[in-house]
Amino acid sequence: VLHTTRPLHTTQQNLAPVPPLPEKGGEVRHGLIPEEFFQFLYPKTGVTGPYMLGTGLLLYLLSKEIYVVNHETAAAACILTVIVYGIKKFGANVAAFADKLNEEKVASALAMKNEAMQTLQTAIEEEKKEQWRAEGRSYLFDAKRNNIAMLLETNYRERLLTVYHEVKKRLDYQVAMQSLKRQKEQDHMIQWVERNVIQSITPQQQKESVAKCILDLKALSKSAHATV
Amino acid sequence: GPLGERPLLEVRLGELHTWISTCSCSPQGLLGAVQRAWSGYCAKYIHVKQGGPAGISMLLAGYCLLSYGWNYQHFSKTSYFRNS
Repeated sequence: VLHTTRPLHTTQQNLAPVPPLPEKGGEVRHGLIPEEFFQFLYPKTGVTGPYMLGTGLLLYLLSKEIYVVNHETAAAACILTVIVYGIKKFGANVAAFADKLNEEKVASALAMKNEAMQTLQTAIEEEKKEQWRAEGRSYLFDAKRNNIAMLLETNYRERLLTVYHEVKKRLDYQVAMQSLKRQKEQDHMIQWVERNVIQSITPQQQKESVAKCILDLKALSKSAHATV
Repeated sequence: GPLGERPLLEVRLGELHTWISTCSCSPQGLLGAVQRAWSGYCAKYIHVKQGGPAGISMLLAGYCLLSYGWNYQHFSKTSYFRNS
């Protein structure tokens, strides 16, 4: 619920940080009467003034029966005795226990605060480190640029090689085609010439050539016989 | 400071009359006064790091006195030492 009538942040005083609690409460004497009463009566009546006032008041109340003594008085007296005894005996222990509880709460809150501060401190360190790292981005980009240039160059050269191979293949094909054609023409021509020559050898000519060869052989054998 | 704004404990006996006349008697004024007195008492005796029995014992004593005052008729009628 927001109190819209309350002005917000118009004064210097604000709610946080909350001021710490005072160490000790106001002084009280005998657990019932604040110290201010004794200080109030001290200038006029000295130290025993309030006690005399208390005694006189008590006697007056009792004698005039403004305070009536009955069974409840006895009960009140017993209860008061027990309470005072209990406080005197266990007061310090209870106070120490409560103080310990408080200490634990404060210690845990302090630990949380310290941990949060530590976390933030490490976060600041990390952030500074990241900023330092970001300063080196020019080197990173140079390296990347070099890499990309290398890749482009490699790719270009590979493609150049491919082009060269392809062109060479096509030219080789043409060369092979031409040589094959020439060879085939040559073979065909040779066969044709041979066929025609063999065809043109008539049986007459064959007989004449065979006879001539025999004659030659005889002549040769004669000359060979002669040499041997 | 001015008379109308001082708390009760800082008012002298002679000026008590005029002080009472300056305080506001409207419901809001009385409620405000009661609230201020209660918060002052709490801040002084209860919301401290090391309070003693004084904080609640004064409240209990006040309660005892108040209840005695309310039942005074009953006490005086049923006393053992009545004069009748």
